[in-house]
Amino acid sequence: MDDLLFELSLILPQIILGLVNGAFYALLSLGLAIIFGMLNVINFAHGAQFMMGAFAAWMLLNWLGIGYWGALVLAPLLVGIIGIVIEKTMIARLYKLDHLYGLLLTFGIALVIEGIFRNEFGSSGLSYATPPEFRALDLELGDFFLPGYRVWVVIVAVVMCLATWLVIEKTRIGAYLRAAVERPQLVQAFGVNVPRMMTLTYGAGVALAAFAGVLAAPIYSVHPGMGANFIITVFAVVVIGGMGSILGAVVTGFMLGLVQGITDVFWSEASATVVFVIMAIVLLTRPAGLFGRA
Amino acid sequence: MAEGSIAAAGGIAARHEEAGFLGFTRPQALAFLVLVAAVLVSPFFLYPVFLMKILCFALFACAFNLLIGYVGLLSFGHAAYFGMGAYVTGYAAKAWSVPPELAILMGGAIGAALGLPFGWLAIRRTGIYFAMITLALAQMVYFFALQAPFTGGEDGIQAIPRGTLFGIFDLTADLTMYWLVAAIFLVGFLLIHRIVHSPFGQVMKAIRDNEPRATSLGYRTDDYKLMAFVLSAGLAGIAGGTKALVFNIATLTDVLWTMSGEVVLMTLVGGLGTVFGPVVGAAVIITMQNYLAEFGAWVTVIQGGIFIACVLAFRRGVVGEIGNALKVKL
Amino acid sequence: MSLNRRTLLGAAATAPVWGALPYRSAKAQAANTIRIAVLNDQSGLYRDLSGPGSTQCVRLAVQESGITQRGINVEVVEADHQNKPDVGSTVARQWLDRDGVDVIVDVPTSSVALAVNNLVRERNKVFLNSGAATSDLTGAQCSPNTVHWTYDTWMLAQSTGGAMVRAGGKSWFFITADYAFGHALERDTSNFVRSQGGEILGSVRTPFPGTTDFSSFLQQAQRSRAQVIGLANAGGDTINSIKQAAEFRITRGGRTKLAGLLVFVTDVHALGLEVAQGLVLSETFYWDMNDKTRGFTQRLGAMPSNVKPSMVQAGCYASVLHYLKAVGDMGVAAAKASGAEAVNRMKAMPTSDDCFGEGTIRADGRKLHPCFLFEVKQPSESRGAWDYYKLLGTTPAEQAFRPMNEGGCALVRS
Repeated sequence: MDDLLFELSLILPQIILGLVNGAFYALLSLGLAIIFGMLNVINFAHGAQFMMGAFAAWMLLNWLGIGYWGALVLAPLLVGIIGIVIEKTMIARLYKLDHLYGLLLTFGIALVIEGIFRNEFGSSGLSYATPPEFRALDLELGDFFLPGYRVWVVIVAVVMCLATWLVIEKTRIGAYLRAAVERPQLVQAFGVNVPRMMTLTYGAGVALAAFAGVLAAPIYSVHPGMGANFIITVFAVVVIGGMGSILGAVVTGFMLGLVQGITDVFWSEASATVVFVIMAIVLLTRPAGLFGRA
Repeated sequence: MAEGSIAAAGGIAARHEEAGFLGFTRPQALAFLVLVAAVLVSPFFLYPVFLMKILCFALFACAFNLLIGYVGLLSFGHAAYFGMGAYVTGYAAKAWSVPPELAILMGGAIGAALGLPFGWLAIRRTGIYFAMITLALAQMVYFFALQAPFTGGEDGIQAIPRGTLFGIFDLTADLTMYWLVAAIFLVGFLLIHRIVHSPFGQVMKAIRDNEPRATSLGYRTDDYKLMAFVLSAGLAGIAGGTKALVFNIATLTDVLWTMSGEVVLMTLVGGLGTVFGPVVGAAVIITMQNYLAEFGAWVTVIQGGIFIACVLAFRRGVVGEIGNALKVKL
Repeated sequence: MSLNRRTLLGAAATAPVWGALPYRSAKAQAANTIRIAVLNDQSGLYRDLSGPGSTQCVRLAVQESGITQRGINVEVVEADHQNKPDVGSTVARQWLDRDGVDVIVDVPTSSVALAVNNLVRERNKVFLNSGAATSDLTGAQCSPNTVHWTYDTWMLAQSTGGAMVRAGGKSWFFITADYAFGHALERDTSNFVRSQGGEILGSVRTPFPGTTDFSSFLQQAQRSRAQVIGLANAGGDTINSIKQAAEFRITRGGRTKLAGLLVFVTDVHALGLEVAQGLVLSETFYWDMNDKTRGFTQRLGAMPSNVKPSMVQAGCYASVLHYLKAVGDMGVAAAKASGAEAVNRMKAMPTSDDCFGEGTIRADGRKLHPCFLFEVKQPSESRGAWDYYKLLGTTPAEQAFRPMNEGGCALVRS
């Protein structure tokens, strides 16, 4: 009985910590899902853009003296603009072609971005201090100490995901978006500028990745490879959730964070592989993903 | 499939193919002779180890091209078969003192054996899903390679002996090894060409161009796709095994996802779906890596830049562009 | 677009694709020239602690050896192995076979080092390793052509594990990267902890690579109530676990200490003192150790990325300096003719340099020098940039490394 209680007291913190990881998965796969839904492009550069967000926060702080809150707004904006430029100059040329070209192009873009940051900042990683105001949120549960910043990450990720979902499902812009996914020509005929909408969608998806990057900066070491660590897992999350499904991306993201958090306790060796095993099972039983339509 | 189809980029979608020498068209036969001549002559002018690396990767790229160029499936996880081939060949040659010819075949066998379940799982989806699923599965192989005791973990399998071919030819000399690698490459190359021009290959292309039509004609398209996948994986395993013998080493690099990216790059640079493209692409990329080694991280930037340039401006690749300029299919 | 394509095509056409990889031997040239090649990570995780900084140290060693004044030419080249054994062995093979390279220096990343070790031995050249951690280089895989200069896993485990217990850290919990290197580090350290009367309360294996969040593992470690949390991992894993340990205040109250088993001064710099304070680690060189090390650092001048020299870079300097002394002693022709002879000469001469002081090279190729246990300073204790360490203890040279008869080196058994 004591054992069980002990295990339980172990699990509760893990659930919370798992949610933090889930928050990152959710934010990243949400951006991927939006981009894929609208542009039909798998954005391989998503990890690199996440990394750029973290670096942008670091540069804003160390070069311009702009702190965390400013970075939370400015970094996604800056990286989003870079995303818009990338879309305008490169991705937009590929819409009429096989979607795989989009994957290859963004793979190349990811290599270039990572390489440039490696040259500029080395690889040992930079530190971004946690803003002190989050100390007020620190939680102390017996032996378990939960930094306030992690609580903040979960809250802000949930809010962000909800807001995105609301924009897409409940607003006029969202309605245009959904319509343009189904029938681009028709929507264009109604006088909606579909190409611009695609550009802005890509920018928004990239900004979401950068936003996640700023959130991650105080937790992880800020280094050029930080996005590549995430991106393959996030791909698996997207496949499990079902491509293009926004709800699927968010729910699966949080869920897999939880599953990983619990695996960490019972079988830590498997916590990196568990996502791929789940992916294989989902593919066997529901090839379109948990929330996808076939 | 639409005009923008990835496999059609190399111009392989031509309707009629006149069969000539070994199933090559006349320009292809000419190009093939040039290739053979280059393979025969170059070791006397260039560093054989460098040439062997090109040939191993050329075979790898050809195997990859079999899937993308003729079935229209982009695998982003081919490093798994290449890398496991390298490990198994290396382990067999080192721990069991298996002769090199058998060790390489074992590498091919493990590639195919791995390709069977992975292919079975992955061909349930096409396009981008297929790419992502193969990537994720290859990532599992990577974790396995890191953990399994026989792979030597991070150190890899070191000091793999090249051995004695058929008990006669001592492969320690670079030039002797080169002839073996050249033979493996040419046989593999012709085998792929033969497969593509067999009735089996015709069905594959039919699936690529219009899968529902192929299904309605009574072909079990999944079986064909799976067979192509297993073949491709097996050949990738042979390429990996050969490379392990050449360099006496099999390591995690061979199973890492960046290796999967590299083979895509090679094929893309040379020309997706062209017969000779993967060979040229492998030569270009390996040469480039060789020259740029001293530039450190810029190699990544340049490789990425080439990726972008190819996708935006040279979708046909080097060979595809040449073929297009000469109005022939290469 | 067409213009785009044409310019790109033009660029591609001028690039020498087949062009110039001439298969020729450079051996005939300049019998009076020693060619030193630095092979390390110039783009990845170990760039700052080895990378171009190592080459700079090698150049300083060449300059200070005074060998050029005696009419002997020395050429230094460098390349990036990207931490990939196949890239490293390709480069090394070309250097040795075609470019007439006599010595290969540095080579961090154990897998690459072991590959180069074989190549150099086959061709009877010299391998001065500074960057790699594996103690196999002087154990099962030892070679008459190799000197392993700076550190190895056995030494790190012994110093950190043994000295920590003596300093009062009796109970341990390990956070171990789940691959051979991590397992070996955990096993070796555990042995030393136990042999000093300490106990192991548990360990957790973290997937490698791909673990970015260490918080749940740190929680498990904290629950074990161990006095020391040993980090049997390297590079980014170590940095993330130290960072997150600070975030979760694992070490608050001073009850628990964090021991990094493979941490370099450049890592501490990247983390910052605020995060790294209190961390315990072992190194064999610290730039601010004494007047000689400070003098060395000053002579080196500005380093790439503005770092202070790491022990790996210092090892490149010291090993090349000693090698050139041996060359001066035996003559260029003899040194070039047989790498094993050159290494034998190095072993026969006592070493002396500003970085590691007086020392010797053992028959199995192991360089012997003292090893230091450091604690990272509190921000308030630090007097300026790069003032990071305070000395906790020193293991003398003769005890710092694995005894020769335990390594299984074939050179010394017969």
